Amino acid sequence: MSQVFILVDHAGGHITKATSELALFGKRIGEVTALIFSNESSPLLEELTTMAVDRAVVIEGINFDSYSAAPVARIVANLISEKSPSAFLVSSTVKGKEVAARAAVLTNSGLITDAIDLTSELVATQSIFGGSTTVHSQVTHGCAIVTLRSNSIEVEATTSNPVVETVVVSVDSLDPSALLDQVISLEATVSGGRPELTEAAIVVSGGRGTNGDFTPVEALADSLGAAVGASRAATDAGWYPHSHQVGQTGKTVSPQLYLACGISGAIQHRAGMQTSKMIIAVNKDAEAPIFDLVDFGVVGDLFAVLPQATAGILSKKS
Amino acid sequence: MKIAVCVKQVPDSWAEKKMAGGLLDRASVDAVLNDLDEYAVEEALRLVETHSPTGASGEGSGHSITIISMGPDRATEAIRKALSMGADDAILISDPALSGSDALATSLVLAAVIGAKDFDLILCGTESTDARMSVIPAMLAQRLGFAQLTFAGSISVVPETSQITIARMTDVGVENMKAKLPAVVSVIEKINEPRYPSFKGIMASKKKTIEVKTLSDLGIDPATVGMSAAWSEVKDAQARPPRAAGVKVVDDGNGGNALVNFLVEKRVI
Ligand SMILES: Cc1cc2nc3c(=O)[nH]c(=O)nc-3n(C[C@H](O)[C@H](O)[C@H](O)COP(=O)(O)OP(=O)(O)OC[C@H]3O[C@@H](n4cnc5c(N)ncnc54)[C@H](O)[C@@H]3O)c2cc1C
Ligand SMILES: Cc1cc2nc3c(=O)[nH]c(=O)nc-3n(C[C@H](O)[C@H](O)[C@H](O)COP(=O)(O)OP(=O)(O)OC[C@H]3O[C@@H](n4cnc5c(N)ncnc54)[C@H](O)[C@@H]3O)c2cc1C
Repeated sequence: MSQVFILVDHAGGHITKATSELALFGKRIGEVTALIFSNESSPLLEELTTMAVDRAVVIEGINFDSYSAAPVARIVANLISEKSPSAFLVSSTVKGKEVAARAAVLTNSGLITDAIDLTSELVATQSIFGGSTTVHSQVTHGCAIVTLRSNSIEVEATTSNPVVETVVVSVDSLDPSALLDQVISLEATVSGGRPELTEAAIVVSGGRGTNGDFTPVEALADSLGAAVGASRAATDAGWYPHSHQVGQTGKTVSPQLYLACGISGAIQHRAGMQTSKMIIAVNKDAEAPIFDLVDFGVVGDLFAVLPQATAGILSKKS
Repeated sequence: MKIAVCVKQVPDSWAEKKMAGGLLDRASVDAVLNDLDEYAVEEALRLVETHSPTGASGEGSGHSITIISMGPDRATEAIRKALSMGADDAILISDPALSGSDALATSLVLAAVIGAKDFDLILCGTESTDARMSVIPAMLAQRLGFAQLTFAGSISVVPETSQITIARMTDVGVENMKAKLPAVVSVIEKINEPRYPSFKGIMASKKKTIEVKTLSDLGIDPATVGMSAAWSEVKDAQARPPRAAGVKVVDDGNGGNALVNFLVEKRVI
C-alpha cells in the first residue's frame, strides 16, 4: 500500500483543522503518516486520534519555531528519501509552502501549490487566475509534494489509534546550512476567540470605509460566528493587524460566505477572496467594483446597515 | 553591498488571463513588472542610499544593484523599468528551451546565475501575480545555501558585521529574524512605497547593460529545464463561467433587514 506523509500544522498546543483535511486527502491515497515537529507533542498526539492517520512520527529536540522552514524541510527530505512515500501533503500556510518548496528541491520532486482537491490517483485541482480557471495537474517525478488550501474538504468525525515513533534530533546533528537564520522574537497574532480566518465558514471584512471603527464589523462577525478580515487600507492605517489582511499579500480565504464592508474591491483584495462560495458587500458607492462579484449587495452606510443586520440575525437566532 | 534583485515579467493584473496548451498564454496580454518586485527594487535602492557614503551605487562605491530575470526576450521591458528606478545593470536568462519551466527549474537557473557571482543579498517579491506560488525565494535559499528571510515588512543591515534583521509578517504574527549575509530576502508591500522612475532615470536606463545569457552560457543542460523536464504537468484547464450577476439593493432604511432576509433565504441562518 502506498504511503503518504502529512505535515501536522499546530499552534498553541492545538492541531489545525486544515491538518484533519490533509489526513482525509491522504487516506484517499494510502496509509497516512503524520509528521509532528514539536517538543510538547502529548496534547497533539491526543488530538491526532480524532483524525484519519495510521502512524505518527514525532520529531523533537530542536525548537523549530526559532528557525525558518529550513530544518523542518531537511528532516522531512531525509524521511522522504528513507521511506519513499508517494505523496507529501502540507497545508498552504506561509511556512508550510516554504517547507514544501525546500523539500521539493532537496528530494528532486515535483511541487503543486494551493490545490483545492486531490484524487486517489494524485490528480490535483487548482483554481487559478482569481478563480476564473480550473486546472488539473499531476506531479510526474519523485514524491508528489502538494500543498492544499484549507476549507477544501468536509471534515468528518473519526477515531484512530496511530502507532507513534519518536525521533530525537539535535542542532549538532543537522547540516549547518539548515540553521542559518533565527527568530529572535515573535509578536503572535491574537485571535480574540474568533475562528481562524482561513478555516472559518464565514468571514466578515472591513476596509477604509470603517474609518477605523471595526465595532460594527466585529459585532456582525460575532453574530454569525465568523472570522474578521481586513483590507490593506485598514491594516496599513493600523486599524487591524496585518495578520488579518485578506488579499494578494495577505491571506487567501475561500469561505462559504464572505462579507465585504466598506471595501472597494481592488484587484489585490479580490485575489484573496474571489473564490468564496457566496459574496455580500455593503458599500456607500453604488459603482464600487466589489459589486461586480456579489451575490447580494447593499448600497448604503455600513454604520447603519451592519447594526441593523446584526440585530436581525441575533433576533432570528434567539 | 552587492545586491541582486530577482524580477519577473507578468501579465497586467487586470488583463484576462487564459491558458493555452497547458501554459499561460502570455503573448496576448500586456506585460508588466510583477508589482511586489518593484518593492524589492525600491528596498535595494534604499539600502544603498543608507549605506553608501555617496548615497549611490555604481563603480567605486562598493555597492551595486543587479536585476536578474528569467523569461522571454520581451522581459527586457520589465527589466528596463527596474533599471530606470536606479538599478545598475541586469542579467536576462532567455532561451527557447526554458518555456514551460516549473518552479524547480526556475530556481535552478536563477541559482546558477546568482551563485556564479558573490552577491551579499538577494531580494525577491514574496509572490508573483500570475502563478502565485510564493516558493521561489525559499527554493533559492535552499539551492544557494543562504539564510532565508522571507515575508519581510522591514529590513536592516549592519554591513560591518554582515548582520541582517527583518520583521517577518505572516499569518502567525510578526517574527523578528536575524541572520548573517549572504541571505535571500523576500518583501511584502508594507516595506516601502516604490518611487516612480524620473525622466533622468528613464534616459539613463537606456545606456545600462542588460546581459542576455542562454542555457549554454550557464552550462545548464536544456534537458533539465523547460516543459519536458517539468515535474508537474497540467492535464487540462477550463475557464469557469463568470459569476452570475447578483442582487443589489439601495439602503432605504431597511438595507440591513434585506441582508438578513437574503441570509435566511440562502439558509445561512
Ligand atoms: C503590491 C500590492 C499588494 C496589495 N495587497 C493587498 C492585499 O493583500 N489586500 C488588500 O486588501 N489590498 C491590497 N493592496 C491594496 C489595494 O490595491 C487597495 O488599495 C486596498 O484593497 C483598498 O482598501 P479598501 O477597499 O479598504 O479602501 P478603498 O479602496 O479606499 O475603499 C473604501 C471603500 O469604502 C467605501 N465606504 C466609505 N465609507 C463608507 C461607509 N460609511 N459605509 C460603506 N462604505 C463606505 C467607499 O465607497 C470605498 O468603496 C495591495 C496593493 C499593492 C500595490
Ligand atoms: C497558472 C500557473 C500555474 C503554475 N503552477 C505550477 C505548479 O503547480 N508547480 C510548478 O512547479 N510550477 C508551476 N508553474 C510555473 C511557475 O510559475 C514558474 O516556474 C515560476 O517561475 C515560479 O513560480 P511563481 O511565478 O509562482 O513564483 P513566486 O515564487 O510566486 O515568485 C516569488 C518571487 O520570485 C522571483 N521570481 C519568480 N519567477 C522569477 C523569474 N522567472 N525570474 C526572476 N525572478 C523570479 C520574483 O522576485 C518573485 O516576486 C505555474 C505557472 C502558471 C502560470
